[in-house]
Amino acid sequence: MADPMKIRAKLDGDVLDVRVLMAHPMETGQRKDGAGNLVPLHFIQTITAQLNGRPVFQAETSQAVSRNPVFGFKLKGAKTGDKLSITWTDNKGDKRTDEVTVPTA
Amino acid sequence: MTEPSRRTALKRSGALAAAAMAAGLLRPAEALADWNKSAFESKTVADALRNLKIASPADSKDIVIRAPDIAENGAVVPIEIQSNIPGTKSIAVLIEKNPFPYAASFDFAQGAALPFIALRVKMGETSNVRVVVATADGKFHAAVKEVKVTIGGCGG
Repeated sequence: MADPMKIRAKLDGDVLDVRVLMAHPMETGQRKDGAGNLVPLHFIQTITAQLNGRPVFQAETSQAVSRNPVFGFKLKGAKTGDKLSITWTDNKGDKRTDEVTVPTA
Repeated sequence: MTEPSRRTALKRSGALAAAAMAAGLLRPAEALADWNKSAFESKTVADALRNLKIASPADSKDIVIRAPDIAENGAVVPIEIQSNIPGTKSIAVLIEKNPFPYAASFDFAQGAALPFIALRVKMGETSNVRVVVATADGKFHAAVKEVKVTIGGCGG
């Protein structure tokens, strides 16, 4: 199981500014380890953000996204107390979901 | 009429086998339902756009790409994209000179998410970053920004 995401959600008027850091190696399949063997592809493929259970933002990603990916996006109409959950899945079938409550502005 | 019926039976068993295989493969296929494998495995921008079903995007000045002119570390190139085109549904990002140009695509629920994304990507060498915006009317809009890379980030 991967490490938890760090999710920062900040209300600015009715716009929720979200920044999420995911712990993931994002291996390109081209890197060699110390022994000279290729490290197999291992990367996040899909990301979904839900606000109070409703999908509001989705992404599909490749190994070109940097290691320990950071994404920033902006939601509209969110308010204090809303539940924001983010889920990622990777090419090995691993997945992780984390949730935060929208704080007061 | 034994011959046709035997053929039908063979066809049926073939169909059954295919159905069984499909059922067995359902789980991984389901997990990847939203992941456009053919686009991600495309080695040229043209192939990637074709696999993304993006046809003739028009150049647009209403797509703002914020990225460094020169990136010292190709392993972490910060990019921010803001679309000022009404009805923006999704934003796709392609790094033209990467081995597999299609890097990511982002979908925004209309009215619930603003057409903005910040991400960090790997760039193997100096390249154009091409951004394609899809709008609700089925049209495509594109913008390009060149990022010069001092140290590539794909083998690293």
